[in-house]
Amino acid sequence: MNFTLNGVAIKTAARPGQCLRTLLREQNAFGVKKGCDAGDCGACTVHVDGVPVHSCIFPAFRAAGRKITTIEGLAQPGALHPMQEKFLAAQGFQCGFCTAGMIMTAAALNQAQLTELPVAMKGNLCRCTGYRAISDAILGRAETQQPTPGAACGANVAAPAGPALVTGQARFTFDLAIDGLLHLKILRSPHAHARILRIDKTAALAVPGVVAVLTHEDSPAPKFSTARHQNPDDDRADTVVLDRVMRFAGQRAAAVVAQTEAAAEAACEKLLIDYEILDAVLTPEAALRDHAPLVHTHAERNVAATVLGNVGDAPAAFAAADFVYEGVFNAQRVQHAHLETHGAVGWLEPNGALTLRSSTQTPFLTRDALATLFALPREQVRVLCGRVGGGFGGKQEMLTEDIVALAVLQTGRPVKYEMTRAEQFSATTTRHAMQIRVKLGAKHDGTLTAIELEILSDTGAYANHAAGVLYHACNESIAIYRCKNKKVFARAVHTHTLPAGAFRGYGLSQTIFAVESAIDELARLAGLDPFAIRRKNMILPGDPMVSLDEHPHDVEYGSYGLDQCLDLVEQAIAANAAPTPPGWAAGWGMAMALIDTIPPRGHFSDVTIRLTPTGDFELAVGTAEFGNGTTTAHLQIAATALSARPQNIRITQADTALLAHDTGAYGSTGIVVAGLATERAARALAAKILSAAAARAGVTPADCTLRDGFVQAAHVKIPLASLAPLTADGHAAGSPRSVAFNVQAFLAAVNQSTGEVRILRSLHAADAGRVINPMQCRGQVEGGVAQALGAALYERVVCNGDGAVANGTFRDYHIPAMADVPRTEVFFADTYDRLGPAGAKSMSESPYNPVAPALANAIRAATNTRLHATPFAPDLIFEQLSQNKP
Amino acid sequence: MDLNTVTEIVTPKNRAALPALAAGDAVLAGGTWLFSEPQPAVTRLVDLSALGWDELEATESGLRIGATCTIATLAAFDPPASWPAARLILPCCRALLGSFKIWNMATAGGNFCMALPAGPMAALFTALDAQCVIFPPAGERRLAAADFILGPQKTALAPGELLRAIKIPATALRRRTAFRQISLNPLGRSGALLIGTLAEDFALTVTAATRHPIRLKFPAVPDAAALAHRLAEAIGPQDYYDDVHGQPAWRRHVTHILAEEIRRELAT
Repeated sequence: MNFTLNGVAIKTAARPGQCLRTLLREQNAFGVKKGCDAGDCGACTVHVDGVPVHSCIFPAFRAAGRKITTIEGLAQPGALHPMQEKFLAAQGFQCGFCTAGMIMTAAALNQAQLTELPVAMKGNLCRCTGYRAISDAILGRAETQQPTPGAACGANVAAPAGPALVTGQARFTFDLAIDGLLHLKILRSPHAHARILRIDKTAALAVPGVVAVLTHEDSPAPKFSTARHQNPDDDRADTVVLDRVMRFAGQRAAAVVAQTEAAAEAACEKLLIDYEILDAVLTPEAALRDHAPLVHTHAERNVAATVLGNVGDAPAAFAAADFVYEGVFNAQRVQHAHLETHGAVGWLEPNGALTLRSSTQTPFLTRDALATLFALPREQVRVLCGRVGGGFGGKQEMLTEDIVALAVLQTGRPVKYEMTRAEQFSATTTRHAMQIRVKLGAKHDGTLTAIELEILSDTGAYANHAAGVLYHACNESIAIYRCKNKKVFARAVHTHTLPAGAFRGYGLSQTIFAVESAIDELARLAGLDPFAIRRKNMILPGDPMVSLDEHPHDVEYGSYGLDQCLDLVEQAIAANAAPTPPGWAAGWGMAMALIDTIPPRGHFSDVTIRLTPTGDFELAVGTAEFGNGTTTAHLQIAATALSARPQNIRITQADTALLAHDTGAYGSTGIVVAGLATERAARALAAKILSAAAARAGVTPADCTLRDGFVQAAHVKIPLASLAPLTADGHAAGSPRSVAFNVQAFLAAVNQSTGEVRILRSLHAADAGRVINPMQCRGQVEGGVAQALGAALYERVVCNGDGAVANGTFRDYHIPAMADVPRTEVFFADTYDRLGPAGAKSMSESPYNPVAPALANAIRAATNTRLHATPFAPDLIFEQLSQNKP
Repeated sequence: MDLNTVTEIVTPKNRAALPALAAGDAVLAGGTWLFSEPQPAVTRLVDLSALGWDELEATESGLRIGATCTIATLAAFDPPASWPAARLILPCCRALLGSFKIWNMATAGGNFCMALPAGPMAALFTALDAQCVIFPPAGERRLAAADFILGPQKTALAPGELLRAIKIPATALRRRTAFRQISLNPLGRSGALLIGTLAEDFALTVTAATRHPIRLKFPAVPDAAALAHRLAEAIGPQDYYDDVHGQPAWRRHVTHILAEEIRRELAT
């Protein structure tokens, strides 16, 4: 078959059932991404004879005789395509996995389509940005700034990966060609609970191209948790690479390693497994019944974690309260839906070292876990990241690296395992579904006197993050309120369903939905407006932050901006009205959220920075870039400390070969921990530079000033290049921790006949400390709001009667598209944190947390209906709304 | 996605070259659905693209839409003023969950033959009294579009039969029409898609909400009570479709709302 690829004649054979995307990637057109593999997400968009199509559903053989243009061929020699320039100018990306498809689609739009952008872009999904930056890019708005040397913090510095992202050159996890690469496919359990009696591998091994079949007999014995935490003992070790016992439909039953994906798939079909089917429990209620089948037999009950809290005397306070509100709220399972699925590519280095290139947020912790699991010295294991296509907590988990490592060690050959989108939905992790009973007591004037939480969390088949999420859920959600009496009883329960895990907000989005909805009702009982009741009861600097007990902890008021956030949002509500569509009811609702800036129990980061003989800097950080924007922030922090320009600093990251340790990019620590290490390293290097320059000039360091490219040593200019090489290290230990705040408000319109909800205005104020990159930080807020709107309005993982996920595609699991996301007006509190780097605080996961309750409260105001369960999908809420219809 | 079990593609140039369809065969039109889901049972693709079945012909007798006419071609059709009902074509195309890029590949016949409740071509063809031109292994037969879809992913095509074209009569294209569509999210997959047509008589086509298109005819525009009564009588609870794109009770509820909106629009 002949075709033209980006102007170059190609002669190659297409396999009969191959899609064009795979064919193009085999030609090393790695800018063509595999996102959904089903025509839903648009990440694979290419032009065929100038017409944009989704190459994952375009039959490859139909490329014959056609001219194919991919992102790699969109630019003219020496000049980017205007749409590529626009995506750079507006920084219309975060992780960048969807970017090539966005640009290829946008570049093909006509004038009419540009006037109706949400319609034109409905076939392109982005999970990171919330679409504002993408719309801005397509419509030609520019945001980036060139900072002056030494003043990078606070400027809208462009992400260094931008040029590579808009041209399709950025290399994500799977964007590499390896000779002799083997492919791994997994056969998964169809049963929620079963024991494998026998596996007949004969027919599978006979499939041409099959190299190995892996079963429980090949699995290393040690148990581990897929969850990654600094302390591996935080999560119960209850998982093995390949188990004999199936605890959810979707669990690995066996794996095939073969020369092609096709051979591995065919062999999986031919594996014969005899199961002894066992009784299963699919709901937390069923799991708690007496004599319920046990998910794990080491315990007497299906309880993975319990959290108890008791401060003051809540029962007495309720008895004495003037108002009591009590309600039960439900938050559902949702999927992270990052566009790059989980996966890893592994190989052995010539020295025998096991190396994995993985889509992970925690390369160092995964390296440690693999070394432990396979009894290898740590220095014989290397884990590194390419660019990671989104995470949202889902990649704070070892879901692929263990089995890839096993396959590499067994075969001695390079092995790739890239999850399908279906596996992403059915066999990874989700947010914990929680049922939350919240009870509030207050005095006549609205002063809170008691808070009680009772939580039942469905942690699924394994205990990864069961306890951590449960503790976090019970912490900041109530610590934000000054209240003498607090009582918590929370349990995480095992069921025979896919495991829940770390998810943006780490438990808080569920409990904050409940607590902030309840506070809204309490305000009504007390006759206060929602801002007033919060101002009356919120913690103020100096107040103890208390949730479960009054033990000392390491969370401090490094800064405080909750008051400003409330003021900013309240003023913005007053500033602007929006007309209500005829026939719809409209109302305002708001909610607030607290988050500790760093997870508890230790979070460490090492950074090295070097002055090179060219007078430039090389910065090595451990933390991973997956759209969080930390790479840019690190450059800004270092540039500020070194009086340099960000473009004079080259950054390498997320590779265990680079540095001693980095706990990982979770808990929004990319800036507050890793960035602090960068700031310390850069300041240490600046001091060394000044000392060296002072010695050279025969003056004291106090007489020297670091400038862009040189040191002014008294009257002498000493070029930095002449002082090289110099190296400095920085370390941060994640303690003490500070507090960050978010306030969200919506003006929502509700059609009480059909159940439809539309957002007329969206306001968000964030207390992020000093904002290092306002454009990027705004993007984190917009993306968090958008992702949370998905959970508030549409998303739910639906399990069928066997506990298997029933809606494992993007067309059945709707994540927000451009048409679903309002433009959020984002405000920042003016604060400077004394604990964070350059005054900054965390601001990645927390914008998600107040969104669902703010929307619920707006719907309450509009319709007089209190919704107790997310999502507020029309078909789930119309009956409740109709009952209250005037 | 790659359909790795496929080992052969045949691309017949004319009808005579069409192979007899057998187990393991899949008919490939635009491919937008076929390549979007695992097809472990498919070993051969019968590619319709070289048959020249992609015509879009407007004549005095009506509009003939070849089975492999793309949604993009159909959406771009510029109807004469005497065919006001042809203005349904664009909203029906826009009701497709897929974007304009899918329109470039997906075919009108393919969407119809998928027989998904939310498939908008079924609504268009049913509401406009279209006739299906069906090719059995030999000869040709006609079938009313309203009788083509039997249930979710189930059509009246017998094994070995192919849909060749859809003919919309000019009389239907001269009617007044009203269109209503709703989904759980803006621009989402249709939870209900209803079309009313008015000539002397009034007809209401209910799709997406129901397991297959349902067409209700009235001698004239009914009053609200008569319409509601007829809907309740003709569409039982079991007829409403149940999937993640809308629970049956909601689909029934919004069907009644949208039907009444259509009735009012066409009554004035």
